Amino acid sequence: MIEGILIGLSTALSLTNILMVMVGCFAGTIIGMLPGLGPMTAIALMIPITYGFDPSTGLILMAGVYYGAVFGGSTSSILLNAPGIPGTVATAFDGYPMAQQGKAGKALAIAAYSSFAGGTISAIFLLVAAPSLSKVSLAFRSPDYFALMILGLTAISAFSSKGQFLKAMMMVVLGLMLATVGQDSLSDITRFTFNNMNLTDGISFVLIVMATFAMSEALTIVFRGKDPNRAAKQISLTELGSIKVNKEETIKMAKTIPRSSILGFLIGVLPGAGATIASFLAYGMERNYVNEEEKQKFGKGSVHGLSAPETANNAACSGSFVPLLTLGIPGSGTTAVMLGALLGFGIQPGPRLYQTNPEIFWSVIMSMYIGMVVLLILNLPLIPYIARILAVPRNYLIPLILFFSVTGIYLMSFNNFDIFLMIIIAVVATFLRLYDFPMPPLILAFVLGGLMEETLRRSLLISDGSPNFLWDRPITLIILLITITIVGWQIFSTFRKKN
Amino acid sequence: MRISPTKFISLLFLVLSVFYLYTAYNIQVFAFDENAPFNARTFPIYLGWAGIVLSSLKIILPEKITKEVNHKHLDYKSIIYLIIISLIYAAVILKIGYFISTSLFLFASYYFLGERRWGLMFILSFPFVAAFMYLLHGLLNIYLRDPFLKYIGVMG
Repeated sequence: MIEGILIGLSTALSLTNILMVMVGCFAGTIIGMLPGLGPMTAIALMIPITYGFDPSTGLILMAGVYYGAVFGGSTSSILLNAPGIPGTVATAFDGYPMAQQGKAGKALAIAAYSSFAGGTISAIFLLVAAPSLSKVSLAFRSPDYFALMILGLTAISAFSSKGQFLKAMMMVVLGLMLATVGQDSLSDITRFTFNNMNLTDGISFVLIVMATFAMSEALTIVFRGKDPNRAAKQISLTELGSIKVNKEETIKMAKTIPRSSILGFLIGVLPGAGATIASFLAYGMERNYVNEEEKQKFGKGSVHGLSAPETANNAACSGSFVPLLTLGIPGSGTTAVMLGALLGFGIQPGPRLYQTNPEIFWSVIMSMYIGMVVLLILNLPLIPYIARILAVPRNYLIPLILFFSVTGIYLMSFNNFDIFLMIIIAVVATFLRLYDFPMPPLILAFVLGGLMEETLRRSLLISDGSPNFLWDRPITLIILLITITIVGWQIFSTFRKKN
Repeated sequence: MRISPTKFISLLFLVLSVFYLYTAYNIQVFAFDENAPFNARTFPIYLGWAGIVLSSLKIILPEKITKEVNHKHLDYKSIIYLIIISLIYAAVILKIGYFISTSLFLFASYYFLGERRWGLMFILSFPFVAAFMYLLHGLLNIYLRDPFLKYIGVMG
């Protein structure tokens, strides 16, 4: 492991890669700060830029963007009560009241320190857990992988659907359907192309991400432009107050951070869960831990209430890399985007990544530490200036997002069919979003579609077409039982709500 | 009978799933693969059925409407303009090249979203796209196809 750490450090500490972490953190912070744009959009917008880099550098840039975007999301939560991403909704519960009391600078500083601590502690967990899990996951066979993917898709549907499980599952099926367009990987038979040569290679992953996130986010912002409920409740972006944290507040943070980090990391490892669930659970857990006097302050600017979700959402980000790096199966929409980018570089993440491309495996882990330090050093003093980005008028913001989306696709294919297709998918996605059909399950399903079909093919061929492979191996059976429990729980909670 | 938008979308998804399933059954597979435990049709057939079951459940089961979309608050005009200029942009990008089409697209988008500061609109379109192209093509060595700039000798 020491050798791996040294390999990772030597790669991550090269001048280019340090520069990329800095650029990534900075760009991620700015994009994540803009309401409506989250880490998935930020990473998607970076994909065209990474085409010219080697895989380690590209991934390091994207990891920096990821952390930056999560941090940026908390800034808009605290200053505008408009979370950039769902993972920072809980941050607004106490961050925004604190900002309203004239302590916006302090709230941003607490968020920055908590994010730093949560991210760093969980990166240590990742360092220890990932290599061990890589070895364990070598024992996984095709049926286990198939079951694991079913679990991941079910879990993301359960967690991202805000009680609309069926809608999320429909999005999963739509994502898998889109993944089947083009040539079948084994027989080369074309499917669902309708004799259109442009579809023979299938629909590009970047196209789907750009359409369902970047472009559709931009269209949604324009579409809901007249909604009075969505108008930003702006506090002063120029007078944020001191960013100094006193001794009493530091002690409170010191108590909250360790427990929220552990919780955040564990939730992040679970397929489909991620930063949103982690931050809400950490907020709830913290409320139960503190004394009665502190409990009364929750929702009115509590340090515990701000620190807990901020620590947990960053810890969950590191945790979500565990299934991606060790099993090659992304646990969240954001890591699904990163998986797509990795596949674009010709790298298949999974248990063998640890052996075949150790420099990538370790440099990503090492870049997380560097990213955390960069985020703290770069962002804390710049908070008052960065916050002014929130004042960028949408008249400029929207066209620039559309421009980056189209450029990304144009660079990939130099083909206007792909641009037309992207616009059509973006328009459909905009309407689906309007009626609460979630997009992360669609992206995860699209990314996993090919692998899922492949593992199902192998499992069915080995079992000679019998469904026995679903219960022959204990691991497969356990994973499927967990999936059934999640589905059962969703049905139960739906009926309970109706009654 | 008034059908809710969610149920209408589910109905469209049901139609899509039926069409998908029909197409899946018609995928041409090799003769020796016809009776294999798994062929190019198998996975799409499962998906088609899954789509039909899920969308039917969504249509049949009673729906608790938690959020009403107020259409008066939706800016249809701006979004239609943006989609039209995006489609025009996609149609002309290969013909007139990346630089001119992108700059015009940005300029038109700013205009249709209500911007009227002409100087800023110009800077954030033509010079901005030129700088972006230099970053990609000149510094990052990412090839950007532009027949027009190639024709006038600016790009190699």
